[in-house]
Amino acid sequence: MEKRASIKGGEFIVKDITADEVFIPEEFDEEQQLIAQTCDDFIETEVLPNLDRVDSQEEGYMRSLLEKAGELGLLGISVPEQFDGFGQSFVTTQLTSERMGAGYSFSVAYSCHTGIGSMPILYYGNEEQKQKYLPKLSTGEWIGAYCLTEPGAGSDANAGTTKAVLSEDGKNYILNGQKMWITNAGFADVFTVFAKIDNDRVLSAFIVERSFPGISFNPEEKKMGIKGSSTRQIFFNDCVVPAENMLGKRGKGFRIALQILHMGRIKLGGNVIGAAKYSINQSVNYANERKQFGSLISSFGSIKQKLAEQVIKTFANESAVYRASKDVDEAVKQNTDDTISKEQALVDAYGQFAVEAAILKVFGSEALSYVVDENVQILGGMGYSAEMGAERAYRDSRINRIFEGTNEINRILVIDTLLKRGARKEFDLFGEAEKIVAGLDKYMGEKPGSTDYYERKRFYVSNFKKLALVLINAVSARFQRKLVYEQEILNNLSDIIMNIYVAESILLRVQKLESMNVPAGIEVYRDILDVFLFDASELMRKASRDIVYSAEADGNTDKYLEAIDHFSKSEGVNTRDARRRIADKLIDDNKYKF
Amino acid sequence: MKIFVCLANVPDTTTKVKFSDNNQQFDDTGVQWVINPWDELALTRAMELKEDSGNNVDEVTVLTVGGLNTEPTIRKALAIGADNAVRIDAEPADSYVVAYLLSEYLKSYEGGYIVLAGIEASDYNGSAVGGMLSEFLDVPSVSAVSALNIEGDKVSLLREIDGGSEQVIAGVPFVAIVQKGIAKEPRIPAMRGIMMARKKPLEVIKGEAPEALAEMADFELPQVKPPCKMIEPENARELISLLQNEAKVL
Ligand SMILES: Cc1cc2nc3c(=O)[nH]c(=O)nc-3n(C[C@H](O)[C@H](O)[C@H](O)COP(=O)(O)OP(=O)(O)OC[C@H]3O[C@@H](n4cnc5c(N)ncnc54)[C@H](O)[C@@H]3O)c2cc1C
Repeated sequence: MEKRASIKGGEFIVKDITADEVFIPEEFDEEQQLIAQTCDDFIETEVLPNLDRVDSQEEGYMRSLLEKAGELGLLGISVPEQFDGFGQSFVTTQLTSERMGAGYSFSVAYSCHTGIGSMPILYYGNEEQKQKYLPKLSTGEWIGAYCLTEPGAGSDANAGTTKAVLSEDGKNYILNGQKMWITNAGFADVFTVFAKIDNDRVLSAFIVERSFPGISFNPEEKKMGIKGSSTRQIFFNDCVVPAENMLGKRGKGFRIALQILHMGRIKLGGNVIGAAKYSINQSVNYANERKQFGSLISSFGSIKQKLAEQVIKTFANESAVYRASKDVDEAVKQNTDDTISKEQALVDAYGQFAVEAAILKVFGSEALSYVVDENVQILGGMGYSAEMGAERAYRDSRINRIFEGTNEINRILVIDTLLKRGARKEFDLFGEAEKIVAGLDKYMGEKPGSTDYYERKRFYVSNFKKLALVLINAVSARFQRKLVYEQEILNNLSDIIMNIYVAESILLRVQKLESMNVPAGIEVYRDILDVFLFDASELMRKASRDIVYSAEADGNTDKYLEAIDHFSKSEGVNTRDARRRIADKLIDDNKYKF
Repeated sequence: MKIFVCLANVPDTTTKVKFSDNNQQFDDTGVQWVINPWDELALTRAMELKEDSGNNVDEVTVLTVGGLNTEPTIRKALAIGADNAVRIDAEPADSYVVAYLLSEYLKSYEGGYIVLAGIEASDYNGSAVGGMLSEFLDVPSVSAVSALNIEGDKVSLLREIDGGSEQVIAGVPFVAIVQKGIAKEPRIPAMRGIMMARKKPLEVIKGEAPEALAEMADFELPQVKPPCKMIEPENARELISLLQNEAKVL
């Protein structure tokens, strides 16, 4: 336990973690599995049969679904018991995010309500605010929404111009401005609204009720996907907000917004797992029924390749998501005490794991994009038809790369946050990097000594980390403060770091599974690990070479290229056979059961 | 009055059935277990009856014959609302063993009760436990029950029969062998129920199983059906030719 608590966000890049330090989804207990099953049952019986009603935005329908989820207690999973919730751990919350993620548009409304719609009040509200709003949000009597984005303030969220001015009698704030792309706006009762007080340069946050005078809404946006999710513009025209409805302190809004986004990102990582598994099931069900050229299409190598890759990416994402989520819980456990409330510790933990959160957001949304895209492909013409769910899933998934911070913003965040942590000496990033560079010849002479499978894999993952450190050292020296202007290079670095985190998460999960006597046998899990590492090593090699050639590391190019070749190396894999075995298990189970 | 609901632990309906040991054993590796769908509806009806205070149902108890692997489904039944559960620890080798063990437990219970047993279980579809149980207990049983209401100290039942239905009035104790329709839909356990399930009693008693009367000789999977051929209405000639030459039925 001590050991686990000492893991810091982002530290994985300089520290090798062991299998007993991570949580894996196979460790969920009976109660957590029951909760997951309740979510599955809800999605299956209430949501999936009614997707057309949801997507046509039938009056009151989405809200009634949310209320039903509320009756089952599914809106209060992470709300403490004293506010009529169930006070579950973050990892359990993530399990519900995953399972509810299979619900297309419903899952967006659900995530918004239970996440960014309710949590700001739990984390930053004072006692009266919590008493007033949380029980109603937890049961679904009221629905929540979150208003940060404005026409002129998207990625640059702090650029908002919505204004709040204290009334002369000091009793109310008068809000003026416009918010855009607000999920659940059509029916939400409570909005967390970010605005600047007087001539402040920074945001403050307010709890605004739908019934307050001066709030109005545009019609629904016409969108590519998640058509059932309500998205509207909101206007505040001298909107009267009682002064006691300010959330947190004046000027703390941007911080609140950022911390809530960190949470939203990890949760999005969880959410997309459910959507991906659902799509994979659709792919394999179809492939196991559709015959061409006298054979089931699931017998064709091209289809197996896609099915296996869908599984690998989803398994990878899942391994990383639950690892990070449990790390959040452990940090909360470690840091909660008489002076720090559980909520405060949780918010701190989201911030602490901001690098992982951004990684999960990007990796998860892109993994889902792959899965839904190949789902359409596996279904062929039927994939393109609106009759089957594949095209809906394809359209609906796309938003995940845009909201909760675009993937561009999050890629930059991964590396930027890491560098800042290093600069602040939260862990010894630059020291470690220098150590590797200084010992380059020695490290480049190293070979995977052991014959043990996991020892060898750990050797390669450890080398990937050395690769990242060498490159961080090189580009920091080359560009110094101007590095922020080299987004292409930062993106390359970010991709490398992302792959390291995910690769290590799979490695640790499979290693832990080894001792758990998994029903399917460990081999197929080793196949997943083998293929992922092999692919990741190629991807990292390419990204690294891009960096070196782009950075024009005068005179040193050859030295770096040599280092890249060494550190990005991994064991060769017969990917054809490995993918076939992975696909064959999926085909045999006719369902994602990894 | 007390309601006992017999609960079988069965493989999830999407399970890909496989056999081991030369086709003599059901291979349960990786199988997801669920409450037998008929039993789940019986439990739902039991909960509805208990929730209407006019029915004077004091307690709903779930009874299962099986090993430790049945506990997740029992816990689910507790989360749905059963007050307590008894697991009779023995291998549910055949219907006879199960009915016998259930009856041994129920014999010790004094007081009015209704036993709800699903008409069949979706694993072996034996359709025998309910009837045998009532014989062992020497109490009446009513089969194919699709509606059940408590009226004072009597129970009014609707049974599906060939071409219609009949209404039966029964006194307690008795065994109701229920079919689908007994309740509309199974209940999804709510968070509150799940949290409470943890604290509800799950008693485990050792079952002295008699020797099974049936033994499994061999399993065989059904033949894979050849795909259905669709013929356009205007191609009646082709249909006739296929019926004559391929199916050889004309
Ligand atoms: C369906 C939907 C629901 C939403 N729900 C909510 C909600 O409930 N609440 C809420 O507050 N917001 C919500 N949003 C807003 C969402 O968070 C923003 O759309 C998102 O942050 C991007 O902002 P933008 O649309 O203004 O794009 P822009 O910021 O204009 O970005 C345009 C492009 O430029 C790139 N870019 C921008 N800045 C940089 C940079 N510095 N470096 C590199 N690339 C950059 C972006 O990555 C993107 O590719 C929602 C949006 C949608 C579409």
